[in-house]
Amino acid sequence: MNRQIHLNINGEEKSVYIRNADTLLTALREQLGLTGAKPGCENGDCGACTVIIEGMPQKSCIMLAVEGIGKQITTIEGLNNTPIQQAFLEKWAFQCGYCTSGFIMNCHALMEKHPDAEDVVVENWLQSNICRCTSYQEIKEAIHSVLSKNS
Amino acid sequence: MDVIGKSIPRIEAEDKVTGRAKYTADFSSPGMLHAKLLTSPHAHARIVKIDTTEAKKAPGVRAIVTGQDIPIRVGPHIQGRPLLAIEKVRHHGEPVALVVADSEYQAKAACKMIKVEYEAIPMVLSAADALKVNPSLVHPNLASYSKDNKVHPEINTNVANRTKIRKGSMEDGWKQSEIIVESSFFFPQSDHAAMETRCATAEIFPNGVVEILTASQAPYDVKKLIHDHFFVPLEKVHVKVPLVGGGFGGKAAVQLELLAYIASRAVNGKKVKLANSREEDFMTSPTHIGLDAKVKMGATKTGQIMAAEITFYFIGGAYSDEGVDISKAAALNCTGPYKIDNVWCDSLCLFTNHTYATSFRGYAHIELTFPIERTIDLMAQKLQMDPIDFRLKNVIRPGDTTPSCAELTQSNIGDVFQCLNRAKALIHWEEGQKTVVENERIKVKGVSCFWKTSTSSTNASSGAVITFNKDGSINLSCGVVEIGQGTKTTLAQILAQRFKMDMGKIHVMMDVNTEVNPEHWKTVASSSTYMVGNAVLRAAEDAIQQICRLASSVLLCNPEDIDVAEGKAYLKSNPKKSLYLKDLVHGYQYQNGNAIGGQVIGRGSFIMRHLTHIDPSTGKGIPGPSWTVGAQAVEVIFDPKTYTYELKKAVSVIDLGKVLNLMGATGQVMGGMSMGLGFATREGFTYNGEGQVLDTQFRTYKMMRYGEQPEYVVEFIETPQIDGPYGARGVGEHGTIGIAPALANALSLAVEVPLNKLPLTPETIWQTKRGESNDSL
Ligand code: FES
Ligand code: FES
Repeated sequence: MNRQIHLNINGEEKSVYIRNADTLLTALREQLGLTGAKPGCENGDCGACTVIIEGMPQKSCIMLAVEGIGKQITTIEGLNNTPIQQAFLEKWAFQCGYCTSGFIMNCHALMEKHPDAEDVVVENWLQSNICRCTSYQEIKEAIHSVLSKNS
Repeated sequence: MDVIGKSIPRIEAEDKVTGRAKYTADFSSPGMLHAKLLTSPHAHARIVKIDTTEAKKAPGVRAIVTGQDIPIRVGPHIQGRPLLAIEKVRHHGEPVALVVADSEYQAKAACKMIKVEYEAIPMVLSAADALKVNPSLVHPNLASYSKDNKVHPEINTNVANRTKIRKGSMEDGWKQSEIIVESSFFFPQSDHAAMETRCATAEIFPNGVVEILTASQAPYDVKKLIHDHFFVPLEKVHVKVPLVGGGFGGKAAVQLELLAYIASRAVNGKKVKLANSREEDFMTSPTHIGLDAKVKMGATKTGQIMAAEITFYFIGGAYSDEGVDISKAAALNCTGPYKIDNVWCDSLCLFTNHTYATSFRGYAHIELTFPIERTIDLMAQKLQMDPIDFRLKNVIRPGDTTPSCAELTQSNIGDVFQCLNRAKALIHWEEGQKTVVENERIKVKGVSCFWKTSTSSTNASSGAVITFNKDGSINLSCGVVEIGQGTKTTLAQILAQRFKMDMGKIHVMMDVNTEVNPEHWKTVASSSTYMVGNAVLRAAEDAIQQICRLASSVLLCNPEDIDVAEGKAYLKSNPKKSLYLKDLVHGYQYQNGNAIGGQVIGRGSFIMRHLTHIDPSTGKGIPGPSWTVGAQAVEVIFDPKTYTYELKKAVSVIDLGKVLNLMGATGQVMGGMSMGLGFATREGFTYNGEGQVLDTQFRTYKMMRYGEQPEYVVEFIETPQIDGPYGARGVGEHGTIGIAPALANALSLAVEVPLNKLPLTPETIWQTKRGESNDSL
């Protein structure tokens, strides 16, 4: 049975019709047309579906839409001209772009939480995402250019 | 205004960092139905009965299709693959039934309600199984399949194809060889693992038009196959491809598109989407081929290679797909970039009860390079020569011939010698190949050379059309799919350079639509820049001629007196006398209102030339237009206590002919190296005793992750390929090719036993060191 819930996404209150079993990823993509978050595994293994919830990166494929009620949800569509997006452009940190939204969301949350994160912290955070196209060196340069600017 | 060689950012970049870039699965529409596949839990079994009665009654279900409803067999070279299993299943994950329902979860639930009764058949799970006397046959009806005349399946065996190379005289070769090495090599099947899983949508309109939306590298193949198998007139099949989330060869195979068509047909033409889960993408859709190989090599005491006898047993899986052609390409290039006058090679593609294999980045070259480059190191060791010196002594050069006796020139082979010397410097070979570092760990270095040609159809062709906007800016239409390789940006650069125009004034249609874009063979084999780039240059030439002709009648001179640059057509002798392109490209209008000319439309096309079919008894023939060559090196630190190792540095030096986009090319190579390291260090399917794939998720199928990467160093050599656009060669695959042997060469030195089996995990290295069997044949 579908039911109506309200979600706060990118600063806007949105009403969505969902099944209780729908993941947040499904709700974002199928109901709201926010297709920036991608399914890569729908099993929590690849990070392509990453969104930011209350400041922390979360894999939207292993979270139910109903769990998002009452929380601040940010998707890639909610970021506009942020330093990390600029850095991804400047450092060629993507090719096919499929993993990119997830990586950017993860990096963005990292910068906000730990603006002067050390290598191990960066590694810990970013190991939850997979990129098959780049060598990660480009992504490393992107995140580092932003972190050092901040500190 | 020079844009060639510049690191022009990819033209779709902004869409990709804002989440606005659209891929196939991102498109949906109200009322669209969803299909799901029921797949086989068995590797080899007869289908006794399929009962769909309960499933048909499940909520939301609109149709169920099984193999007997579609009695056709498909495949690019041998048509042996049913879309849904008929009579028996041949691999774990093979599609058995297809359910169409209102939503995906309903389709999935109904799949679980279909009852299938199976009866086990003896399985073929290795090359050895496949080659047994009286083996279990994966395809007992092989003789009845239609096939093209370039493959040579052996009836009543599991051999899907055999390619022979007979070059020079083996007798002479062995006679002249004073030192001989011989070894076996193995790696299992693995996966492309593009982050976007495959997906296709199909809709059939009342007027017979079929519209397919798909994540494909081969939209024109999809069109042809819908026509061939379902008798839809070609002009009524429209295939659209938006951005693709990584291909690596895996999306050049046509599979889901045909199933989506079947699904739509079953529901009266309504739009149906069929999307793979990650698990299906691993075990249902085609994978990267596995290999068992044997190499025997002979050399003189002074280090000249005299003979090579090479046997490849490709583990092709349940259906032949491109596996048969990959095995052929491996034979044609079996020696790697070395001059060897006496070569014997038998390259077999075997049917096994694994997921079927298709093209994978490097197409046969990543596969052949591992056994060859390991053998080269084994030979150097036996000769007590430095592995780089030994290579330098034998690398192939202009004037030499390939195993298939194709003649090499400076233009089509480039300069391996220089690549290797440069790689040697970049990896600091002079420090020593093996040194002990802190905590008794061992720092080791390994190298590898490689070559790669495109093995395309001998008549592969591409087209390009350019039209103009009224402000004089240009639109480019072509059939290349953007899979992340950045070809469309490179093509825009090629066009901008020719028109001496600002990049911002070039618009490239990003999506492919076979209804409007001129055909491009397929987006594979690192050949799009070469093929479409040439077509684009011709289209530019065609448009410029039209512009010059029109301008000449306004400027009262000959067309030859005119050239174009910076949005103008000008008199060469007096550039101040010029006309804006915007005033020409939609016809020129005189002050009194009279108009002449008309829209300028540039047409360009390209077709492969001088490629030949391959002689079935000797392997003689010309497989590709050129070979891109290179050298790679890897440095690792190995811990002899734990058998773990750390990747420190990876180097690639590639003869690119001409660098068209420096960052673009560098990124392609670094990404390729990363993929090569994944293949070398961890990737590969494991199977249980029932032939079931065990690693169908990223939790068990391990990939390179952030922070595990070494320092990457990439450089290019530029020996122009005369017929390439601005002298360029392809480079999309090449970073991947030689990394695994370079790593294995380094680690073999560290552990002091030959490591001839991939992937190189601490466990497999330890097993080899302990003397556990290395060969499966
Ligand atoms: S799709 Fe959510 S982690 Fe992969
Ligand atoms: S850019 Fe393709 S997966 Fe990361």
